[in-house]
Amino acid sequence: MTKTVTDVVCPFCGTLCDDLEVAVTDDGKQILDVYNACAIGAEKFLHSQAKDRITRPRFQQPDGTWKETSYDEAADYTAKMLAGAKKPLMYGWSSTNCEAQSMGHEIAEMCGACVDNTAAVCHGTTLIAVQDIGLPTCTLGEVKNRADTIIFWGCNPCHAHPRHMSRYSIFPRGFFTGKGHKSRKLVVVDPRVTDTAKMADIHLQVTQGQDYELLNAFRVAFKGEWLPDVVAGIPKEKIIEAANIMKAGRFGIIFFGMGVTQSLGKNHNIDEAIAVTKDLNEYTKFSIMPMRGHYNVTGSGEVLAWQFGYPYSVDLTRGFPRYNPGDTSSIDLLTRGEIDAAFVIGSDPGAHFPISAVKKIAQVNSVCIDPHITPTSGVSKLHVPVAFVGVETGGNAYRMDNVPIDCRKVVEPPEGMLTDEEFLTMVRDRVKKLKGVA
Amino acid sequence: MAKITLNLISGRTIHQGVAMEGGKEKDLYRKACGIIEMDDSDFKKLGCWKNTNVRVTSKYGTVIVKAQETSQGPHPGVGFIPMGPWANQIVNPNTYSTGMPTFKGTPVEVEVAMNEPILLGVELVQKACRGEV
Repeated sequence: MTKTVTDVVCPFCGTLCDDLEVAVTDDGKQILDVYNACAIGAEKFLHSQAKDRITRPRFQQPDGTWKETSYDEAADYTAKMLAGAKKPLMYGWSSTNCEAQSMGHEIAEMCGACVDNTAAVCHGTTLIAVQDIGLPTCTLGEVKNRADTIIFWGCNPCHAHPRHMSRYSIFPRGFFTGKGHKSRKLVVVDPRVTDTAKMADIHLQVTQGQDYELLNAFRVAFKGEWLPDVVAGIPKEKIIEAANIMKAGRFGIIFFGMGVTQSLGKNHNIDEAIAVTKDLNEYTKFSIMPMRGHYNVTGSGEVLAWQFGYPYSVDLTRGFPRYNPGDTSSIDLLTRGEIDAAFVIGSDPGAHFPISAVKKIAQVNSVCIDPHITPTSGVSKLHVPVAFVGVETGGNAYRMDNVPIDCRKVVEPPEGMLTDEEFLTMVRDRVKKLKGVA
Repeated sequence: MAKITLNLISGRTIHQGVAMEGGKEKDLYRKACGIIEMDDSDFKKLGCWKNTNVRVTSKYGTVIVKAQETSQGPHPGVGFIPMGPWANQIVNPNTYSTGMPTFKGTPVEVEVAMNEPILLGVELVQKACRGEV
């Protein structure tokens, strides 16, 4: 016999779908099937059941082999490494819950660490732009119920946020959007003809790296001023057509992704996108929202901001929080060789940082806390596997529109495995003793 | 043998997401991310069959991946490697004081490397860190 756990929250992307159903065995120990999830979300739940899963911490030996150890020894090593380092980096946090993040920050404060989350390689430049000029935004519920003009700029939700369009932005029938996708106009801006672009009413195949120019051209087009014949590879007639669609809607929203945050121009691209949103509010109601990647990267920004005042790239080495992306951000700290210990949790810089930064992680003492085997764990001195948040333990996470949602525990973790929060609590207690904190 | 120059971008694909959650040490991850998606016209310029191993080189590094026909094109002149260790061997790591590396828009050269192996994800990063690739 099986039982079904309902209203399960998916711990994969920032859409944080909360309508999953998971069939588990009667004893609640094994997941049998996952319903309503996208392919990635389903794989996350099912892979947690893998027979070859690592269930105990392990040290990497000089010859590359692994030696199993206990959580106690792992916590000892981690605490000594962090307490003894001059400038440790504590990176990741986006695939764990807010409770673990908060516990980690306590350790960071005692050790004078640099704390950074995956916004560093995702929407960090968005956060800079928001600090520059603000963010007229809304919740995904408002998008579902009101938005009739959707712009996907430099993002590809068909692949990266697979259920975003069916739950919120294109297909659902909301209170004022009763005809679903038939009443919505979709504009996609992307240098490739992505699967999202194939669904669009208008696809603007922008020249890669010229988003700023195109955004600027939109601001000109709204006012009906002179435009060159072609801007960023797009004929002016098409820009004017898209601008008129944006102005004509009752409620519009720009969703934007890595296409603008990671291309040259970076935070200035977002500045301009926010300015476009501001301009559009002269004609209609318009919002803008970053398509956050990890399911709790938004939560990490929230927790860092309420504890230290800044949403990422926080440097606590002087005993008080400092924030200066480019100086206190992980990639720069690593490539400059300023870090003497690396602690990674809930992310995989080994796979997702440029290799020049990864090499620096491999050169220092390092701990990787991750349920999976990853390139980061592969170059770390200590790998601590933990329970999957959202599958084997609950906890709070923030959706991409800053709505907090409590994740649910679906099954028990393998016997003897700790959660992120439990392991960090062990490390916190040891660091307290080492530092002589009461 | 011919060499072509492309503008490299990286990003997520659903296959990358599924393979990543399924295990980055596995072959499926290499099949999902150890590839470069190229336009049909660029294959003609390079003069090779689809699904041939190629060496992609930028001023920041080099990597062997499989050249595949793009599933989200046409995009002549643009190469796409899904985000992951293979793309990160060659992307522009400069943040220009923003904290964000320039993951999109790295000029790269592509040449045929038919007999060179594509490494597994974890293995590639380990070897790169040891200076073996």
